[in-house]
Amino acid sequence: MSNALVTVPATAKRGEIVEIKTLVSHNMETGYRRTERGAPIQRDIVRTFSCTYNGVEVFSAELHPAISANPYIAFSTRATETGQLVFTWKGDNGFVATSTATLTVS
Amino acid sequence: MRAALLAALLLAYAPAWPQPTADQPPAGRRSGYEAMSRETRAMQDDDAANPATFSVLDGAAAWGRKTGSADRACSACHGEAQASMKGVAARYPAFDAARGRLFNLEQRINACRVENQGARALSYESRELLALTTFVARQSRGMPINIVPNERSQPHLDAGRALYERKLGQVDLSCAQCHDQNAGRHLAGNPIPQAHPTGYPLYRLEWQSVGSLQRRLRNCMSGLRAEAYEFGSPELVGLEYFLMWRARGMQVETPAVRP
Repeated sequence: MSNALVTVPATAKRGEIVEIKTLVSHNMETGYRRTERGAPIQRDIVRTFSCTYNGVEVFSAELHPAISANPYIAFSTRATETGQLVFTWKGDNGFVATSTATLTVS
Repeated sequence: MRAALLAALLLAYAPAWPQPTADQPPAGRRSGYEAMSRETRAMQDDDAANPATFSVLDGAAAWGRKTGSADRACSACHGEAQASMKGVAARYPAFDAARGRLFNLEQRINACRVENQGARALSYESRELLALTTFVARQSRGMPINIVPNERSQPHLDAGRALYERKLGQVDLSCAQCHDQNAGRHLAGNPIPQAHPTGYPLYRLEWQSVGSLQRRLRNCMSGLRAEAYEFGSPELVGLEYFLMWRARGMQVETPAVRP
């Protein structure tokens, strides 16, 4: 099961601002809903997202129950050197998703 | 009374679209896509932003996975779906002459699983069946819907049309009253589409998930306070068949995004 999609340009010029788009597969159960029988449905959401670029965090976010299922997060960063971008989502019930991408800087 | 209710429900916006009928000419047909916001359109247009992409990817994995007592994958018989499934969804539901009944895409996939893979039928709206259906239908994206009734399937088309035109539920409205006579107007702030099922299975923001056309049809019936037909019932497949025929010539958008 693929559970994360990341779009990063393959190449960029040094100093260029690149747009990064991410999508993660997750129900984002709010914890405020109940079953038909009235039993509360436990919260199950993605709590944090982070992106590191050659080991340095360039973007991070905290997620909350009002965020819709399959959160889409887009952001930009400056291309400084050729290297790896590592994306990590962490959430309730031990949820972890990771994805990596390589950005070649010329 | 009913007219008063209708009047109350329908805000008096001038219809933005031509008023269609069940047999509307192709030029007057509008996909629900056209009434969506720029943001929702962008979601559908970019695979990287469309959450239904996960369904397509899961379906691609399931396509190549051996299953059932035959230990055979879909790809063992059908090869690359990109070639073998191209255009298939555009002509479904289809009449199976050998079995003498209409099959929608989900039912065809399940029949293939049971008969050729020795696997169990997947339940309607299950993640796996939606994934396979979305993946197969994705191969027809951009192709025109091509439903050509024949002598034997015509009764199903007629039955679908009759259901489309029949008033249902406590609200006592037919599909046609909204989607033909008042398409393009607004109901509780939402534009009423012409109900062309061009993008199913699709990702619905309201559902927060991918769902089938039959799920949508059952939603509408519940909204009318009618008892919805069961998933896979001949009534719903017939209605699907009629709606796809009514949308013939329009492009398949699967996997679409709708609000």
